[in-house]
Amino acid sequence: MHLSALTQLNGVSGNEDLVRKYIYDNIKTKCDNITIDSMGNMIAFKAGKKKNAKKMMLSSHMDEVGFIVSKITDDGFLKFKTVGGIDSRVLPAKFVAVGEKNKIGVIGSKAIHLMTMAERTNIIKTKDLYIDIGAKNKIDAEKTVSIGDYISFMSDYTEFGDEMIKAKAVDDRAGCSILMNILDERYDFDLYACFTVQEEVGLRGAKVCAYTVKPDIAIVIETTACSDTAGVESFNYSTILGDGPAVSLIDRRTYYDREFADYIYNLAKSNNISVQYKKASFGGNDAGEIHISNSGVKTATISIPVRYIHTPSSVISKNDYHAANELLKVVLKEIKL
Amino acid sequence: MKKELIKLSSLGGISGFEYTISEDIQSLICDFCDETYVETSGNVIGIIRNGKENAKKVMIEAHIDGIGLMVKDIDEKGFISFVPIGGIDSGILPYTEVIVYGEKKLFGIIAAKSPAVLSDSEQDKKYPLSELVIDVGMSAEDVKKYVKIGDMISFASGAKKLSSKIFSGKYFDDRAGLITLLIALKKLKNTSLDFDIYILCATCEEVGLRGAKTGSYNIEPDCAVVVDVCHGKTPDSGNDSTFELGSGAVISKGPNIHPFLSTLAENVAKSEKIKYNIDVDGGDTGTDAWAVQVTKSSIPTLLLSIPLRYMHTTIETLSYTDLESIGSLIAAILKNLDLEELSCIYQL
Repeated sequence: MHLSALTQLNGVSGNEDLVRKYIYDNIKTKCDNITIDSMGNMIAFKAGKKKNAKKMMLSSHMDEVGFIVSKITDDGFLKFKTVGGIDSRVLPAKFVAVGEKNKIGVIGSKAIHLMTMAERTNIIKTKDLYIDIGAKNKIDAEKTVSIGDYISFMSDYTEFGDEMIKAKAVDDRAGCSILMNILDERYDFDLYACFTVQEEVGLRGAKVCAYTVKPDIAIVIETTACSDTAGVESFNYSTILGDGPAVSLIDRRTYYDREFADYIYNLAKSNNISVQYKKASFGGNDAGEIHISNSGVKTATISIPVRYIHTPSSVISKNDYHAANELLKVVLKEIKL
Repeated sequence: MKKELIKLSSLGGISGFEYTISEDIQSLICDFCDETYVETSGNVIGIIRNGKENAKKVMIEAHIDGIGLMVKDIDEKGFISFVPIGGIDSGILPYTEVIVYGEKKLFGIIAAKSPAVLSDSEQDKKYPLSELVIDVGMSAEDVKKYVKIGDMISFASGAKKLSSKIFSGKYFDDRAGLITLLIALKKLKNTSLDFDIYILCATCEEVGLRGAKTGSYNIEPDCAVVVDVCHGKTPDSGNDSTFELGSGAVISKGPNIHPFLSTLAENVAKSEKIKYNIDVDGGDTGTDAWAVQVTKSSIPTLLLSIPLRYMHTTIETLSYTDLESIGSLIAAILKNLDLEELSCIYQL
């Protein structure tokens, strides 16, 4: 499984190089052709067994949410902006890696002793937070950090509990890992496995990928929020951890083709692969751009439920991961284009 | 002693559960001591004897407990609710990794409701402690097999090095204090002193200076040097009683501190060229010094502090150079300490 290695790589949107390199090195012998466009999207092509075959596009994004250094203060602290959606509640007292040299830093968090009563109950806004890299002053900090450096969460890949995995960036390295696996086989149709960039800042890589590939049909392999946690009413559960991959019906960016979604759901059921529908309309992914690309593309999303998504401690179930992998394999084998 | 600092940061041993680390503490200090023992209240004590009978006693002290959490309940989905032990800002808890010390050590994550399901009025508020739970990734049935109400929960992360001198991690408050004591003992290794040194590794400071109270009662020293942490300067700390990392030992003054000792500390810091700053407290220093001073018929007490950023978080940050300054300062103080003079200072 590539997931462990992939989640340890830092690849904040716009800076996916390490992830792309890792994937390239591990799939180059499996594909007929690999192209990388000027934005950094990587399209792995595998010709179909049939002549004049139709085109299937698969898409997973390589980028992860993170931060970018916006200023170095005179006393050597870093101010930063978020890249992608990160709730400010996630940030205080977390370890981060800054820049290409992975300079270790911490997101400062005022001692409780120094807080006013209001500060004890109200969240600290991201713009008021800063990163401490242990620099003496601005000149010392500038030896290792520059404005514009990307910043990632630091979080080990940890297996725990009952077949659970905790890591950063499982959104969407889990999808990347599955896409790498399915390239082992050759299918009836032409396969374009797209490892996209900049999903977290507006589905930008997938937009140009879809234009380039001009697929007949597309499947996005993603992760999705799993809100089955304490304090949440069950009607608010979008997905349930351990109940299998989720097939999307609707989200903030896409009205999915119901027939295609049901086809995938039913195929899972008939193959005894656990599966669920995503029961919330929030979120969005590369499908949002793919399904309205060119003259329109029939698109589906298969997602692995993730608790605490967009935090350094994202949690998935290994069973869901394997089921998603299995389901995609079955779909690619069975589907008639 | 950097390796030891990192090791101490990795241990659990929150207030009330120090017995889980007393062996580690004992094996750490035994190389420096003639004798070590653990007393009823969990304090780990080491003695460095000067060889003479009825020698006077100087106590050097740091507390070994850290803040943490304790299991309150397990819900029907297996999520563990908890109570805080010691002063914790709930703002640092979401998505922090913890170890639940049940029958089996379980890795877990402090979980909160997804921001997507928060109401508008909740959006600007931190998650209250009562709404945070721990997810150990197991069914309720399995969790209940391993975890009981009252089990200890400590933070999982350890220390990392930010630069050659700057370290960041949990429980530097006050295990970094213990490191300064050991640095001092190392420096005093071949020095003969007029008194025995007692090193008190105290429990339960974070929940009311409890170990220091009983420990100093048992030891009954003639003089005490307490090492704890004070606030390091950060962009949002203000300037009041906050100190730059690397600016040396912080010597306290005020009613909690015996003036003979703070003056001695300042004088030897000057003569030995040890970096220092002065902090003042109008009363309670919020440290074990407050309890030690009024033990039995009173103990002359000195407080030295380590500048520490982000106190009571998992990323407490300090400069190792300050630990060296304090270690050197304690050694110099003990070399120059005249207990006879100290004992008659208020005599008319």
